[in-house]
Amino acid sequence: MGKVLQKEAFGLAAKDNSGVLSPFRFTRRETGEKDVRFKVLFCGICHSDLHMVKNEWGMSTYPLVPGHEIVGVVTEVGAKVTKFKTGEKVGVGCLVSSCGSCDSCTEGMENYCPKSIQTYGFKYYDDTITYGGYSDHMVCDEGFIIRIPDNLPLDAAAPLLCAGITVYSPMKYHGLDKPGMHIGVVGLGGLGHVGVKFAKAMGTKVTVISTSERKRDEAINRLGADAFLVSRDPKQIKDAMGTMDGIIDTVSATHSLLPLLGLLKHKGKLVMVGAPEKPLELPVMPLIFERKMVMGSMIGGIKETQEMIDMAGKHNITADIELISADYVNTAMERLEKADVRYRFVIDVANTLKPNPNL
Amino acid sequence: MAKSPETEHPNKVFGWGARDKSGVLSPFHFSRRDNGENDVTVKILFCGVCHTDLHTIKNDWGYTYYPVVPGHEIVGIATKVGKNVTKFKEGDRVGVGVIAGSCQSCESCDQDLENYCPQMSFTYNAIASDGTKNYGGYSENIVVDQRFVLRFPENLPSDSGAPLLCAGITVYSPMKYYGMTEAGKHLGVAGLGGLGHVAVKIGKAFGLKVTVISSSSKKEEEAINHLGADSFLVTSDPQKMKAAIGTMDYIIDTISAVHALYPLLGLLKVNGKLIALGLPEKPLELPMFPLVLGRKMVGGSDVGGLKETQEMLDFCAKHNITADIELIKMDEINSAMERLAKSDVRYRFVIDVANSLSPP
Repeated sequence: MGKVLQKEAFGLAAKDNSGVLSPFRFTRRETGEKDVRFKVLFCGICHSDLHMVKNEWGMSTYPLVPGHEIVGVVTEVGAKVTKFKTGEKVGVGCLVSSCGSCDSCTEGMENYCPKSIQTYGFKYYDDTITYGGYSDHMVCDEGFIIRIPDNLPLDAAAPLLCAGITVYSPMKYHGLDKPGMHIGVVGLGGLGHVGVKFAKAMGTKVTVISTSERKRDEAINRLGADAFLVSRDPKQIKDAMGTMDGIIDTVSATHSLLPLLGLLKHKGKLVMVGAPEKPLELPVMPLIFERKMVMGSMIGGIKETQEMIDMAGKHNITADIELISADYVNTAMERLEKADVRYRFVIDVANTLKPNPNL
Repeated sequence: MAKSPETEHPNKVFGWGARDKSGVLSPFHFSRRDNGENDVTVKILFCGVCHTDLHTIKNDWGYTYYPVVPGHEIVGIATKVGKNVTKFKEGDRVGVGVIAGSCQSCESCDQDLENYCPQMSFTYNAIASDGTKNYGGYSENIVVDQRFVLRFPENLPSDSGAPLLCAGITVYSPMKYYGMTEAGKHLGVAGLGGLGHVAVKIGKAFGLKVTVISSSSKKEEEAINHLGADSFLVTSDPQKMKAAIGTMDYIIDTISAVHALYPLLGLLKVNGKLIALGLPEKPLELPMFPLVLGRKMVGGSDVGGLKETQEMLDFCAKHNITADIELIKMDEINSAMERLAKSDVRYRFVIDVANSLSPP
């Protein structure tokens, strides 16, 4: 196969595991017949980006251009593209390709395809490494492009492409989306705050479970949660025992599962979407004597990502963001490490990411 | 004046019980209630020895009320039925399993899930609704509300059918509940003891491909040639474990000791389910990445309701599924318990109660 023609691109990349991001010039393939090319307007900063720039998961290759909550405007479409046209507002989440033929792909769950290719840091078919949305433009197969509803502000919609689908997918899959159900959301960060909004939109009663009182007012008065409980207070836990149909646990630090299992009703489901690195202690008695379950989930398929964002459009769900300029990104990463953000940083790429004239 | 076990109820009964956490069983005189209008009195023929019996007599779980008469895999003949009893008559062959009472009016009971009733009482080592203690099947007879009595299918032998009343329902219930019965799918059974060997048989009867997962190759020939498993995987063989990654739709984990979940979770396909049935004393370690990256699930289960226990017995009768047993006499029970502690039994001891339990 002949070498694929390339177009110039620029962005921010981490060059080593210090994780410090700096200007970086690279190339992206020409628009193929099934590709959509778009100018990046905004890109959310996901906690995964922080893990990856620092190589905390041991799978990073440098230079690494992060970003998988990307929104922008279509500038060019390939000859065989049918679903999008120039000028449309689109986005890309965590995936840019999959095998298309395995059981997972056939079910529309490309996120579980063993050959799925993530938006950044993964090897692509043309032997290049994928580069993410901290960059001026993206090119991506039509099958992995998401249409952004017209009524959603693009900057606040961007985080839904990862955070949104990560909470939406398991709520649908495990039947925790029925009006009247009682859902717990553990952790009030990027995932958690979006989880509250989707759960409320689904008609469920929502209790936020947090380690400190600090966020109570915010959770109830601003995000619309019905209740708030501090997991370190044994009385608050005791009063809520056996009351929840499901819990979405977004916490990625090591923490105790026993009180969370206690909050579930009989047959309740504890869904882990945060991924602590070390194993957690699993008390088996609640599973055996109360038929409770612990399950995991990771982002979602493309069709359901579109479904999720369409639901967000219908219910006016967006993330709570702090818009930053490209040159603030390293400071943002430091603050993110301390969970000092309400609740997602979003880079104003189009207005503030400029190519470095010195490169 | 506090009543002794012998005087608590009007009818004197003889059995074997444990009096302290040495767990040593010996002749024990106690009493049972009169046969009430909803009750069935069962003359006990056989009683299976469940690992729970061993845990209980030694107070491993910390809630044994001594003296305890174990036994919840009971098969016998109905000798009396109360006037409201419609499902059984004298002379019927019947079984009594793990549960002897429940509130009969909560949501769980209404759904025939007496095993999840908050007021459920076990057949032994539990307090009945009248405040007295329940004594189990290592005894001459038992008196039980008809709701908790099972009809024993004709072609199911009493001795090798007895263990189904706990081991059978313990694997059957989660297989149905968690949808682990689709013919052609691949089931892993971790641990090959009382629960495990019955899981293999029931799995095969559902048309599943069954792989036994074990820590040693000792039981391989048995598993394949005698129990009908399709394959056997030794967890200490890294190459074979690697080749089996992502091949199983479900795993029934019967291992009761603390053990690693990580390698078992790796064996599951995406969306796979691992159901834990063993009760290790300490919590297990649950690695999150396999759950999250593969949308996998860990659940548990505890016996089953009475309706599904009957369904299980009928299913086993239809497919000629019985336990593999070693029949023992009542006075051999202590050495049987020692062997059970070392898993030295293929695969369930059953006490020949009627022929060997004789009052001194």
